[in-house]
Amino acid sequence: MTDKNGFFDLSKSGFTRRTALKGLAAGAGLAVAPGFVRYAQAQSSAPIKIGFQSHRTGIGAAYGRWYEKTTAAAIKAINAAGGINGRQVEVIIEDDGTDPGRGAEVVGKFATQHKTDIVFGTLFSHVVIGSAPAAGEAKMPYFVVSEGHHVASTKLNRYVFQPGITDVKSQIQSMAPWIAANAGKKVTQIFPDFAFGYDHRDYLPPALKAQGAEVIAQIAIPPTESSFTKYFPQIPAETEVIYHVMVGPAVLTFVKELGEFYGSNRPQLFGFIDSLEAVDINSPGLEFLDGSHFWEGSPRYAQADDTEAQKAYRAAVGIDDNGAAVGDPKDVSTAAHMFGCWETLYVVKKAMEDAGYKGPEDRAKLVEATEALKEFAEGPEHPQGAKTFNGKIHQCFGIQNISKVEGGKLKVVHKTKIEDGLYEAEGDYTTQAL
Amino acid sequence: MSEASPAKAYALHLGVIVLLFVLSFLLPDYYHGLLARIMVLAVFAMGYNMLFGYVGLLSLGHAMFFGAGLYGAGLAIIQLGWSVPAAFAAGLACGAALALIIGLLALRTTGVAFMIVTMMFAQVFYLAILYFAAWTGGDQGQVVPQPARVLTFGATSLDLTNPTMRYMTALGLFSLVLLITLAVVRSSYGRVLVAIRENEERTRMLGYDTFSNKLAAVVVSGTICAASGAAYALLFGYVGSSFASVQYSILPLLWVLLGGAATTLGPLIGTLFMYYVIDLTSGYTSAYLLIVGIALILLVLFFPKGILGTIRQRWLGWLP
Repeated sequence: MTDKNGFFDLSKSGFTRRTALKGLAAGAGLAVAPGFVRYAQAQSSAPIKIGFQSHRTGIGAAYGRWYEKTTAAAIKAINAAGGINGRQVEVIIEDDGTDPGRGAEVVGKFATQHKTDIVFGTLFSHVVIGSAPAAGEAKMPYFVVSEGHHVASTKLNRYVFQPGITDVKSQIQSMAPWIAANAGKKVTQIFPDFAFGYDHRDYLPPALKAQGAEVIAQIAIPPTESSFTKYFPQIPAETEVIYHVMVGPAVLTFVKELGEFYGSNRPQLFGFIDSLEAVDINSPGLEFLDGSHFWEGSPRYAQADDTEAQKAYRAAVGIDDNGAAVGDPKDVSTAAHMFGCWETLYVVKKAMEDAGYKGPEDRAKLVEATEALKEFAEGPEHPQGAKTFNGKIHQCFGIQNISKVEGGKLKVVHKTKIEDGLYEAEGDYTTQAL
Repeated sequence: MSEASPAKAYALHLGVIVLLFVLSFLLPDYYHGLLARIMVLAVFAMGYNMLFGYVGLLSLGHAMFFGAGLYGAGLAIIQLGWSVPAAFAAGLACGAALALIIGLLALRTTGVAFMIVTMMFAQVFYLAILYFAAWTGGDQGQVVPQPARVLTFGATSLDLTNPTMRYMTALGLFSLVLLITLAVVRSSYGRVLVAIRENEERTRMLGYDTFSNKLAAVVVSGTICAASGAAYALLFGYVGSSFASVQYSILPLLWVLLGGAATTLGPLIGTLFMYYVIDLTSGYTSAYLLIVGIALILLVLFFPKGILGTIRQRWLGWLP
């Protein structure tokens, strides 16, 4: 078609559609300019635009709704306090349908149509992983609240950050000392046979081994299963703790059938609240969980020793003492995760201020300023607790809560230390080009 | 289908290709990126149309062929470190081989049984992706690293992550498949396929080996879908199981039905239409799928043969 070393050598020549057009226009006298007019970049007084990639529909919709509420509350607070660098913050929401294909399109839409300053959002790992290439190619800082290990694995790219919620590897590792010391040494794991379950399958055994305990059986349950009775005989009789992380609508059946299997004489139960996010802990069928323990990122129920920052955060987001929407006790929140939206937005604020961020031309500075962050002190901006941040792997580390189901509520009985969740970095994003 | 106007037909198709080329320079950035994606997925729809539109075989399992291309190309890079052309070829080979095996087995059935058998095979393929999560990344999927998505010919390199290059690559693939489809449906082989669709018994009675012809159509269809999947992995950098789920078997059926089954340009029109309806309506309401559903019902009521199919029936009988 044309000279290979000229026309097609895009990686070296910086060729774009526009340079091609200029060539065409010069050569043929074509005047096809309308589509090439660049929109003016953000002005100094214009609002900072944050593109929020939300699970409005699809399997993550319950999370998406509460992520939106938390985000709206945080933005309101940030704007009331003067915004970021003296500019108000505007959030533009697009639905990713909890689908990785659509997620990538939405990131592209934020970058090229809405022309947002950054993209922020979403929870489900496959959407984050599916969207990450689009963010990297558009050189668009992409702050996620996903808790997956994918960011810290350093297999995404330099533009993806998770500074507001800990990752699942760290969470699991933090649980091991308490389980070994308080629940039992012989653990049987029951988990869904897909990625969320595999994180627990892979990270728990070494963490428990380091504490002198062991996983004696791992039972993977296919995601298509709707009845679980046939799996329970596989639980070894010497099991002292059942570690369960079933998720989705089947969890109610799972708990009910586990209760019928064991009756009143059961081993200790330890689970991740992911199973029951947005589900009332007092739902029929969940009575069997009374006395069992759960991981919680941030406590669903108000605790006696809540800090003023925690109280203010709960009031701002609009959740009552039971973790449900104020005025609608049946609308249970995703409290264990959604705090991450609040905290991430304050990290974005801090990084933008550190970078002296003015507009999209400063995105690289924003990335470097975020990577330079080290610690976040507990307080109104970080109500869940203090955190450290590893700029090389773009991941924060923080405390975790272990809560006991007591009288139909979750009561925090133990808070882990940040050090419990630290692990060796698996790579270094800062070596990648911006 | 009229045979009177080959020049008109080729002129129309070349016109569409030229229009898409010119649009690359005119569209705003967002729609430029979206159209690249739509062209790749329209290839998927064209592959589906080859079997559904021209042979009359309704498959509910074509996501496996798209997935075979997606994973064939993606894993060749991620796990084996292959180059872009080799990975694309691997995707095509995976799709062709899978289509041959599935064709040999599924073509022993017809009608509803064919739908169910293809759907079941696709489900097996999907669950296999989850089962072999250590290699495939399971339901989370994997990223095809940006530095690996560069095509190198000696001193020349083409960066597939560059929006212009991505658009042109998508257009190149789309154009090639469109012209191949047009050539196939205008060939004597294409007429045999249509004859099978209209009356398989009579076609066999006329001396045609209908099984072999249908098998060839399954392989061609599967390979085209795999080309789309492989291009998707290389151009957009993500390989995930959701692209092999049942949703991605239904989508090409919808795109083809919307645009017009057994029309060469219908798959592009249908894919474009669905994408834009979703993109525009999702900005106004989270109930956008309801609007998509209503739009589909209205189209079926007023354009029962799809957009281009109805246009051909009423006004432009020469459309291929």
